[in-house]
Amino acid sequence: MSVDLRIKELINNHPVLLFMKGNPKFPQCGFSSLACQILDASGANFHTVDVLQDQEIREGIKVFSNWPTIPQLYIKGEFIGGSDIMREMYESGDLAKVFSDI
Amino acid sequence: MLSPDTIKDIINQNLDCEFIDVKGDDGTHFEALIVSKLFEDLSIIKQHQLVYDALGKMMQHEIHALSIKTMTPFNWGKLQKME
Repeated sequence: MSVDLRIKELINNHPVLLFMKGNPKFPQCGFSSLACQILDASGANFHTVDVLQDQEIREGIKVFSNWPTIPQLYIKGEFIGGSDIMREMYESGDLAKVFSDI
Repeated sequence: MLSPDTIKDIINQNLDCEFIDVKGDDGTHFEALIVSKLFEDLSIIKQHQLVYDALGKMMQHEIHALSIKTMTPFNWGKLQKME
């Protein structure tokens, strides 16, 4: 299966999906850690993919989203952004709105 | 060591900004504030993509941690008045 198809399958199977470095218990970068904290604070049930365990996904997701950094958040198949955008949306209340629609 | 000024210059060369400030003195972690007319009517994702495009390959190599805040001149003006 191509990496694009693998990514599509992942984002279709998980309504809230975070591509990150490490996992929520042991995030391997400050931005991934922040992203998990924001999702926790939003009360979201989320699934994570550790890109450090999968080099193909790590490079593939950057091309797929046209976004050069990790973490990356997808909600209902739609790219939401990285940790800066997540923080802005959390602070403005926009993220809570997105989650209330799920 | 990569300096905030280098990042600032490269963004400035490749993206028409009204205002730009880049902070960070450890050579690894940077914070950028960019104000540009080009951001008007763009989603926040597209605004950040313009900044990433301006930095090009640097994002894959030299820059490991860059926090981005984008604003339109209108919102930037509002913020200035508040401060």
